[in-house]
This record gives sequence, structure tokens and C-alpha cells, in this order.
Amino acid sequence: MAQLSSNHQKTKYYRKKKPAPLPAIFENWFVSNGWRPHTHQLKILEIAEQQSHALITAPTGGGKTLAGFLPTLIELANNPQGSLHTLYISPLKSLTSDIRRNLEVPISEMQLPISVSIRTGDTKQSVRQHQRKKPPNILLTTPESLTLLLSYHDASIIFKTLKRVVIDEIHVLAGTKRGDQLALALSRIQQLAPKCHRIGLSATIAHPIALSAWLAPKGQANLVTRIEGSSGKKFKINLLKTKQKIPWYSHSALHTMEEIYQEVEKAQTTLIFVNTRAQAEITFQALWKLNKKGLPIALHHGSLAKILRLRVEEEMASGSLKAVVATSSLDLGVDWAAVDLMIQIGAPKGVSRLIQRIGRAGHNLDTPSRALLVPTNRFEVLECKAALEAAVEGTLDDETPRPGGYDVLAQHMLAMACSHSFEADKMYTEITAAAPYVSLPRVIFNDVLDFIDHGGYALRTYEQWRRLENIENKTYKIASQKVARRVRMNIGTIVESQMLQVRLGRQKILGKIEENFILGLLPGDTFMFGGHVLRFQGIRNMAVATTLAAGSEPKVPSYQGGRLPLSTHLADRVRSILATPQKWPELPNQIRDWLGIQSRVSVMPKSDGLLVETFKRSGRAFLVAYCFEGRNAHQTLGILLTKRMERAGLGPIGFVGTDYNIAIWSIHPVTDINELFDEDMLGDDLEEWLAESSLLRRTFREVATISGLIERNHPGISKTGRQMTVSSDLIYDTLRRYDPEHIMLRVTRRDAARGLTDIKRLADMLRRVKGKIIHKELSRASPLSVPILLEIGKETVGGTHKDMLLDEAETVLISEAFATENIL
Amino acid sequence: MTSTEFEFNGERMLADLSGALIWPEKNTVVVSDLHLAKGTSYASRGVFLPPYDSIETLSVLNGVLTHYSPNRVICLGDSFHDNDAPKRLRPEEKDIIRQFTQLYDWIWITGNHDPTPTPTLGGKIASHIGIANLMFRHITIGGVTNGEISGHFHPKARLKIKGKKLSARCFISDGTDRLILPAFGTYTGGLDISHPTIEALFSGNYMIFLLGQRKVFTLPKTVLKTYAR
Repeated sequence: MAQLSSNHQKTKYYRKKKPAPLPAIFENWFVSNGWRPHTHQLKILEIAEQQSHALITAPTGGGKTLAGFLPTLIELANNPQGSLHTLYISPLKSLTSDIRRNLEVPISEMQLPISVSIRTGDTKQSVRQHQRKKPPNILLTTPESLTLLLSYHDASIIFKTLKRVVIDEIHVLAGTKRGDQLALALSRIQQLAPKCHRIGLSATIAHPIALSAWLAPKGQANLVTRIEGSSGKKFKINLLKTKQKIPWYSHSALHTMEEIYQEVEKAQTTLIFVNTRAQAEITFQALWKLNKKGLPIALHHGSLAKILRLRVEEEMASGSLKAVVATSSLDLGVDWAAVDLMIQIGAPKGVSRLIQRIGRAGHNLDTPSRALLVPTNRFEVLECKAALEAAVEGTLDDETPRPGGYDVLAQHMLAMACSHSFEADKMYTEITAAAPYVSLPRVIFNDVLDFIDHGGYALRTYEQWRRLENIENKTYKIASQKVARRVRMNIGTIVESQMLQVRLGRQKILGKIEENFILGLLPGDTFMFGGHVLRFQGIRNMAVATTLAAGSEPKVPSYQGGRLPLSTHLADRVRSILATPQKWPELPNQIRDWLGIQSRVSVMPKSDGLLVETFKRSGRAFLVAYCFEGRNAHQTLGILLTKRMERAGLGPIGFVGTDYNIAIWSIHPVTDINELFDEDMLGDDLEEWLAESSLLRRTFREVATISGLIERNHPGISKTGRQMTVSSDLIYDTLRRYDPEHIMLRVTRRDAARGLTDIKRLADMLRRVKGKIIHKELSRASPLSVPILLEIGKETVGGTHKDMLLDEAETVLISEAFATENIL
Repeated sequence: MTSTEFEFNGERMLADLSGALIWPEKNTVVVSDLHLAKGTSYASRGVFLPPYDSIETLSVLNGVLTHYSPNRVICLGDSFHDNDAPKRLRPEEKDIIRQFTQLYDWIWITGNHDPTPTPTLGGKIASHIGIANLMFRHITIGGVTNGEISGHFHPKARLKIKGKKLSARCFISDGTDRLILPAFGTYTGGLDISHPTIEALFSGNYMIFLLGQRKVFTLPKTVLKTYAR
């Protein structure tokens, strides 16, 4: 969202065709503020007049949200009405309040007769009632709240007058289950208000046509006019030039904290992005220790209590903070004018994500954004370098939206049955007009309908308790208001793991943490949370009771929010840097030396082949493969390779995978590498592993919750109540045994297969490297293998001894790897 | 059938992998918390769980009874998920239960879920029953007991061994005074034995018999504390 500030000045007018002129009152308003409208803001007026759908892609700070609302403001200024005119949908609740604040500026300054109201999960019951009785002109909402609104019987009256839907940050929603839900809701709206048109607002993305198709009715991209905002922000992006030794193995960048602190001091306001919540805690603690000057530095991540997060956001907006350490929790949102530096700690894992994060700095379109990448270890230097190149070249790597989920479909159809009776045929037509469902087979639709009606079991047990009332085998409506209430209570597609509140002392609630993490703690253990080191006392009244633990070594929270694997695109670039010594001079000296020695004692991985090194260490045979396919793919590969080695009698002992490579150790050495890496490993072994894997169970839990097969765990349910709810694992096992072709199992298998993009990555790799595997038998560990060998230490040792052991392991390994060179 | 032998209040007992307790000397099989028709109990709320839990529970029970061919079977309460449960069972499921109650000397102990089990399925109904020096009831009376065997809590243990987390149903026994059985029903979750409610009942030494994948593990309290998570 643009804060309506001076960044509009220098933008060129749209000149090709004279656009519809702004009404005088708007023209004057722009002028009185010293602004000129952006090209895309004017172009949208034209498109609005033609009532066609539009996709506006512009970087943050490009004023695209104002563009989305400009036609609405003008239309309502010219023709005031007492009903709903425009719906604004945001992926974030918090964004709706910012948008309202920013809309109210022009509305009050021009004294426009326009009413704006918010409806999210936080909206009070009385306000909701009022909204349904007297809808505002502009309603700001989220996908979940929209579906809920549509589930009421008066939806047809409320939405009848709707002219426009504005969907913000559409690139974040498309292709997710929340996006599926929204697409289905849009399809329903199109029924209620056939003339309504859609405006999507998106960050710059790799596949604008796919996104246009997602936005369009029936997935017809040609119905959507694309408007590109300014070509994108200019930015200056650099690797942090550290004087410190770059660690072999680390994910925290602690070695650079002094330097980061200095950068923060120099900048006006800094946004520090990290990849996981644990990293956020560590970084924040480290900066705080250095903070002799008492700079206002804050912490922001998804587990913190909402009130704490809101406070940080407000302080950022008012410019009273010097820096904030954040996870993807701050990826979206309004721009903060004061931010002039973005620091990314840890490799960004994807180019599109990096560019969007850079966009959060340097709000002003005409001043270049400044971004600093801080690798936490040696391989990340290569990855950051690759990301930097890609960002400069503007090669994006986000994925195209995938087809819609059937669990979301079940939830949506139930919600719609609460609103009005429907005919199956007409409902099918309506559903298939939603882009993610254009190719939904009728048989699946029928199965989903059966499922929501009576469970769809082979045993027709529930015929007498049906959820739908079936009139003459043609029209369906919800069976009772009691069922409708339950359906409405369970609308939403975000399935969270069990979370417990973290309470400091008697009163203060700091946020929420995964129950599984807490169950691993003993009273007296310490962990980092919300920027404090806390001592765990126990679970009391369904909350984690803690006290402040001063000066002790914390056990870091294990929660891994937002840990993404390396993107294929970045992987290609990293491989290419390694294979191209001409590029090395741009790398830090330490890294250059490291690669140089590697090419002497072993070889460098090639761009298209696969390097596999084998060597003996402490009486075990080691195999290190440099696949660069991301952590998840390597995890699967490790399972498959060790299975095969088991069968070959090689006695595999363990394996570990990073984003870059995989190491396996065994009793006997592998002799035939080509056979080991043959692509037939993706056959039976994979099937067998999948059937038993936790992946299917996890997927089933999500699918069963969204589709309403099992009820959500409502907060506040007591521990002893647990034994009374049925765990999704038990249901999964029973269903698999007695009704293996049940629709929910088919949905689970489909979703799981889709979640396995990593397996596709594996398959692609095995095919690609066939006949191109270089097997290097070494007498000792190579320099390139050191980081992953150190990771092994991490996997098996815990607690404070870890560091000691790591230090020891590191010294031994490094001297071993460099023995021939006498460098250290 | 795999089981492990142990002594409770001077009696030789078997903890069976299925979760059943066998008392060989008295030719008795004891099971607890079958929760029959739990799957269908949510139907009136519009939640349709797969309705296969009852038949699964009954088939497993049938396997146990065929193997041990006891004279007497004691169900330690919460055999039915609620008082209406028998109405929701399918005819073939009810037939199996009727066969059971005809074949064996069958005792339904009442539980909090089924305070008044239906007499139409056969078997005797009792709130508790004492046999020799053992007392069978649904919920332990707490405090000082002797030779008491109960269910209700669905005990299970969550452990962490060599970095791997696992969780399984278990019997928990202090050797003389109190023995609590795991839940036998298909859709029954569990309460961790480290939960204060259970810990309070076993303040001294105790053993658990953990139902693994293929065998029953006997773990004393001291070992459990090492692997607790």
C-alpha cells in the first residue's frame, strides 16, 4: 500500500493515449499534496470504465493499492450509494487496518461520501451484525471472513450491488489453499453480481500470465488486462564484506554481529530479515548484547503475541525504531518510509523472495534500495552470490499456481449450502468457473458432494444423520442450523500444530510456541523466546510458565518456521559459480582459497554432472554427493540410498543432508556409484516408504481438518480432554484398512504427491546426471565436504557440550582436509 | 500373541500386546475402555468419522479371546462410548457382541461413558467386582488401595530414545496396590503417564508395560525418567 507521500512526483504521465481525466476534485487533491498520479493509477481508470479485470504488478512502494481504489473513490464520489460497492481482500488481517487508515486520508480530505469498514476474525459481533444490515461502500476483509459472509442467507442481498473486488498481494494467495478458498468465493460472487470485476495487485512475479489466469473467471487469462507499474525499484545489493573468519558450519552469522551493528548505526532504519524464528531470537539476543548505545532495536516473528507484534509495527510506522529483526512475518505489509537498509541474514533461498524483501527498504521509488546479504557459512557465501547475480539480472523463480485442493472444495460447498439450497449441476458450473477448479472432474465433484452429505463411506452408516437436506434428489441445503453453526465455526484453511501460550511470571503473555518443543523440555531448562532467555517451570493452566533466566546458556527454540529449501534456479547458479573459476575473483579470499584447494585435492562439481566423493574416516566409509537439490530432496534421497545400501550389505549407519549436499556413512564402502544412483530407486522403495511415511499422515491431518472430517482443536481444550478427541492418525489407519478408496484418502495421496515437488527434483536430477557421475576416491575428507561433516556432529550431540565437541571436530577435520597444503 | 509376564499383588499376570490383561490362574481376560461406537458419536453434530472403529475393536478382541480362550471376560468400563452407542452399532457388530456374551462369562463394569450399559447385548453389569485378592473397577478410587485394577485414564508413554520420539499405550503398575490398563478401543487416544493426574497416583516406584510394534517392553520408573520427553 502506498502511503500517500511524495514518491509520486516524478513519475511520467501515461502518454500513449490520453487517459480518462481525473475529476477536478481528485486532480486538485493530487496537486494540493504536491503529487502526480502514477501511470498505472491512470490506466486503471480506463480499465475500470470498461469493467474489465486487471492485474497490476508493481513493486511495493509503487502506489498500487491506491491504484486499485482510485476508480472506486471516483465512482462513489460521482454517484454516492448506500450499498456495497467494492470488496478489498488481503492475506493479512493487519493489512486491512493500514489500508483503512490510508483510505480515510483522501476520503476525509476530499470530503467524499464513502463508508469504509473492516471485517476479519477480530471484528466484534455487533459490528458484524451492523455490516450485514447496512453494508459499507468499501468492505476490507480476508478470504476466510469472505467465505463466512457468503455462507449467510442474506449474502445475495449484500453482494448484489458489488462492482469491484480488489485482491491485494495476490501472488501470496494464488496456488495456496487460502487462494483456492478465495477463488471459489469469487466464483460465488460472480453469480451474485455478474458485472463485478476483479483487480489483482501483485508484486513483480515470474509468471504474470499464470497469475492472470488465476484471477480470471474460468481461468481465461485473456480477460485480464495487465498493467505494469514502474519497472521496479532500483537497488544496490552487496554481500557483507566481513573481516571475520567465515564459519564452516553455522546458521546464525554470529561472527558478523559487530559489523551488522555498525551498519544499523549508520543507516536511518534497518529491516533485518532472517529465515527462521530461532535465528530471529539468536540474532536479536546477539545485537542486544552489543547494544551499548541503547539503540531501539525490536524483534518480530509469527510466534510472538499479537499485541507485541502490533506494537513493533506501530513503532516502525512512527519511525521510532532503529532496527527490527524479523522473519517472513514482515514480508508483507505497508511500507515504512524510513527504512533505508534491508539486511538478509542467511541465504535467501529464492530470488523472488529476496527481491520482495529488498522492496521493503527504500520506500521511495526514486531512491535506490540498499540491501546487504550476510551469509552465515561458506556455502551460503556461494548461494548469496548466486542470489545477488539473479536479483541484479531480475530472473525470478516463484512457481505457477497449482490446481485447487478438494478439501477446500468440501469446506466451501458446505459453507454455500448454509447460505441457500443449490442444484448439483449449477454448483458444478459455478465451481468450475473458479480458475483452480476449471478441470475438476464431475466424478470428483460428486464424491465430494457425497462426502459432505453423509461422509461418503462404503458403509452408508450416516444416511440417517445427513448434513444436507436433499430435496427430490436435485437440490441440496444444509440440514439444520445446528450443523450450519459448526460449519461456520470451522471455516478456514490454515491448520496449525498444537500451540501453547508462553507466560512470563504471572501475567505477561509473550506469544505461542509449539507444544512438541515444550514437551521436550524439563523444568529448569532454558530457551530463547520473545527476545528473552526464559527458564521453563512447567505447564500450568494450559500455558507454559516461565521466569527470566539471567546469564545462562539457553537451549534455542527448535521451531523452524519458514525454513525453505534452496530453489532450483539458485541451485543452478551455485553449481555454475563452482564450475567457473573465472567467477571466483569476485568471491571473498577465504572462499577462493577454499575452492582452490578443493580443485587440487579433489575436483569441483560440474554444472551438469554429479560429484561423489568417497573416503575413510575413523574406520567408517563416507560418501558425499554434491547434488544441490535442497534439504528436503536430500532427506528423501538419503532414505532411498541407505535402503539400497542396506540391501547391498554395505551396512549404512547414518546420513545427513543439507541444502547443498548429502553425506552417508557406512561400514563398507560403496563400489558401484552409478548403480547406487540409478533412477530406478524412485520405484518400489519410494512407494513403500511413502505409504508408511509421516508425510501422508501429516497431509491427512490437514486434509481431514479442512474438509471437516475431524474437528479443529479449539483453543482452551484441556489436556485431559485430549484422550476424548480422536487423533487423525487413528482415523487414517482405520480408514486405510477398511475403506482404502475413500475420497479423503484419494485427496491425501493427491496432496502429498503435490507436496513432493522434491521428489520431482530428485527424479530430474537422477535423469540429468546419468552417465555423468564423477566418482572421486580420496584418502581423506575434501575441503568441500567439511561443512556437511561438521553437520553430522550437530545431529548426534546436544546441549552445551555441542560447541566443545564441534570445536574439536572442526580442528581435526580442517587439518585433515588441508593436510597436503599446510595452509593452517 | 505376544505378552509379557509380571506379578501383581501376588498374582501372575500377562500384559498382552493388544492391551488386554490376562489372569491365567482364573482363566480371565480383562480389557478396558473399548469405547465402542465412538466413531459414530459425532454424527449428530455433523462430524462423520470413518465408522469402522467398532468392527476393528471387536476383531482385535476376538483375536485375543480366540487365542486365550478364557472362561471369564471383564470389560473395565467405558465399553460403549455413550449410552446410545448400542443403538448406533450395526447389526453384525451387535451379533458379534452377543456371541461373545454367550460364549464367555461376561462382565460389563460401568464407566463414566456408559453408566447404564444396555442389557440387550447380554453379559452381567456391575459397578465393580472383587475376585480373590483383586478388585476390578473403572476408575481408581485413589489414595490407599490394594490389588486394584482399573482403566479410565488411557495411559500412554512418550519417550525420546536416541533422538527419536515415540509414543505408545502402556499398562502402569506399582506391583501391589494399583494397576491401570491401557485403552483397548481403536479410536482411543491417551494420557501421558507424566501427567500430574497419573503421577499423583504412582508416587512411589512403578513399572510400565509398553505396547510396542511387535513386543511388550517392561520399563521401570528409573529408566523412564532417563528417556522422558
